Amino acid sequence: MSAPQPVLRTTPGELAESVAAGIRQGGRLAALVASGRDNGSHVLRAILATAGRLAVIESSLSPGVEVYPAVTALVPGATWYEREIHDLFGLVPRGHGRLDPLVLPLADGAARPRPGASGAPGAVDLAVAGLPGHVTGEGVFTIPYGPVRSGVFESVQYLVETVGEEIPHLRTRVYHKHRGIERRFQELGMDDAVLLAERVEGTASVAHALAFCQALEALAEVTVPRRAALVRVAHAELERIVTHLDSVIRHTEGAGQAVANARLSVHKERLLRLRARLCGHRFGRGVVVIGGVSGPPLIAPSEAVGVTTTLERALRADLDALMSTPSFLDRLRGTGVLPAEVAGADGAVGPVARGSGIDTDVRAERPYAAYQELGFVARIGSSDGDALERQRVRLDEIATSFELVRHALGTLDDRDGPWSAEAVLGAGTVVTSVEAPQGELLYLVESNGTALVRVKPRTASFQNLSLLSEAFRGDIFTDFVFIEASFGVSIAGVSL
Amino acid sequence: MPWVLRGLRDGIVTSGYPRRADGYGIGFRGAVRVLDPEPARTSGLPELCPTGAILVEPAEAPTVRIDRGRCILCGRCVGTRPDLFAFDPLVEVATSSRRALVVPETPEDDDEVLRIRVQLARRVRALRRSVHIRHVDAGSDGAEEAEIAALTGPIYDLERLGMFFTATPRHADVLVVTGTGTTGMADELRRTFEAMPDPKVVIACGTDATSGGLVGPSYSAGGGIWELVPVDVFVPGSPPSPFSLLHGLLLAVGLLPAARRSR
Ligand code: SF4
Repeated sequence: MSAPQPVLRTTPGELAESVAAGIRQGGRLAALVASGRDNGSHVLRAILATAGRLAVIESSLSPGVEVYPAVTALVPGATWYEREIHDLFGLVPRGHGRLDPLVLPLADGAARPRPGASGAPGAVDLAVAGLPGHVTGEGVFTIPYGPVRSGVFESVQYLVETVGEEIPHLRTRVYHKHRGIERRFQELGMDDAVLLAERVEGTASVAHALAFCQALEALAEVTVPRRAALVRVAHAELERIVTHLDSVIRHTEGAGQAVANARLSVHKERLLRLRARLCGHRFGRGVVVIGGVSGPPLIAPSEAVGVTTTLERALRADLDALMSTPSFLDRLRGTGVLPAEVAGADGAVGPVARGSGIDTDVRAERPYAAYQELGFVARIGSSDGDALERQRVRLDEIATSFELVRHALGTLDDRDGPWSAEAVLGAGTVVTSVEAPQGELLYLVESNGTALVRVKPRTASFQNLSLLSEAFRGDIFTDFVFIEASFGVSIAGVSL
Repeated sequence: MPWVLRGLRDGIVTSGYPRRADGYGIGFRGAVRVLDPEPARTSGLPELCPTGAILVEPAEAPTVRIDRGRCILCGRCVGTRPDLFAFDPLVEVATSSRRALVVPETPEDDDEVLRIRVQLARRVRALRRSVHIRHVDAGSDGAEEAEIAALTGPIYDLERLGMFFTATPRHADVLVVTGTGTTGMADELRRTFEAMPDPKVVIACGTDATSGGLVGPSYSAGGGIWELVPVDVFVPGSPPSPFSLLHGLLLAVGLLPAARRSR
């Protein structure tokens, strides 16, 4: 159970300065979230991550007030957040500079979904014709890539823009998959909402269910039984192993390492099957419930530990071979460099941050579930910041995750006791965080005690994808596959 | 050890499906079955399901059915009413008719399914040799893509069945679509469909693509991709397992061995 955060209230006029001050004192802008109210007013909340805790700076916009001074003007890391807020609420951050549509391109004056307000918004018409990049001026070349690509990919569009002799610039379009998830949360009871959380980013189902349930548990003031916390860790870490491995597999595919690709795919499939044996679902859906977990592992923990050990040994041998294959390493070395200063200032999270030497991992900074008891220590990479370093970080973390899975399952005792604590929907607003495979995942949950008023997942994918263009500067396009794979973004989690 | 030798180490890992059932497939939690379609007490059953997949109709003689096209396999019905519902290890859940996803089926449904199947078979007769697949994500949660990608790996090995992913819609015979059918992908999806030559087959991959699942319809998510393109085969699941996908693909191109052609 995590306690609700300290909240600092400020005026919209002073919001940007308050956030900037928080950052000067060592904080990181972890999110900027708006909520609509039925009377036409809005609440803006900046979430600052400081050593060991999250803090909220809150500001209200009266009904009819649609313009406020942009946070981006003082804190560049707010750029994507304010573009998202403009799309979803129609609010205008004055002085933003580049308020292009991001998650939902709508015509000026069109009705906006305004999550937080009640009622069901009508179907939207997208206004994509006027998006920048559609117009190509003299000396400007735009090469679009996606949204439908050859192979099996989530839909996203990259535009490589070349202006004269300048270094190509990458633009990212993410609106194609927008599903209206934030509004959907408000229509569901809390148990159904957990199922929805599992489907925000389907490859990080456990992380999402966990972050969301932690929020509901904080509001209900219940404590999760210890053994449920251990099972949560086991599933969260298996999810991390699979997701990290998937990133490595994409690298081998891009580099034409066919045998490595095939062998790693087999390991991945075996891991998914282990997960299914543990809980009945290949992606761990249904494991995390409000107050704990849905039940004991379906196979004996000792058996699972045994399978895990065998799997790891086989996987490790292939990963070691891969990391001593020079032709593979050459493709990654120096590719897609995300400088440490950029990663730090713009709030990169997860393996992307750690691959640039930024020391951030929710499991260590704000421990949850059983990470403290299990003695988790974060592994931070060097400041190289290239695709290779991100890959190394992931491989290190796979090893740590295997340890955690075994440790958690090995610590499970079989004494009687509940697998979950009873919880009713509490009232209030809370922000929780977990370390998803892609990095820090936040959930802001607001409840009036009868219904969920506002649920905002802030995914690591959203945060990191905003930095992809920073890592692309100067690279040749054939390297793009590695840059993308090494960022490991789930597109479903970017535009909700 | 060089990669060529590593590649030989584990011998054959490839599944024998569909020639024979796969042991793992048999153990998989694939669908919900109705144990007792006419129970004494039916009140509260529809409300149990988060996606409205439990149907109790008609009012005069209520029969309990599961719409697998809406079911996300959350297990709530099985956990709450084990007397009525059970998980089936069935992985062959794909059908060529939306109505046939509602189980238990009615005799009229059976006739309808047969009619559609025959039509589909006639249409894809020209394909048989090698089949090219194009995938379009129309608003998935990302897990469907992971499972489709698994099909190309050595365990499911799509290529042994003569199926390949293609880089251009103009060479594609089969369109595999994931996701609810979002507003932002509607035009792209239609464009891809139109660019494909005839005969072509469309597969709705997953419960979201079939009905919108827990997510759609919403202000920007659809209630299934059939709203945008004509669908020939539905593969429910959240996400569907690779075996279910394989079954759907084989059903779509008329390559299913007779013994497995149950639906
Ligand atoms: S498993 Fe869940 S989604 Fe499927 S019918 Fe039962 S309650 Fe509904």
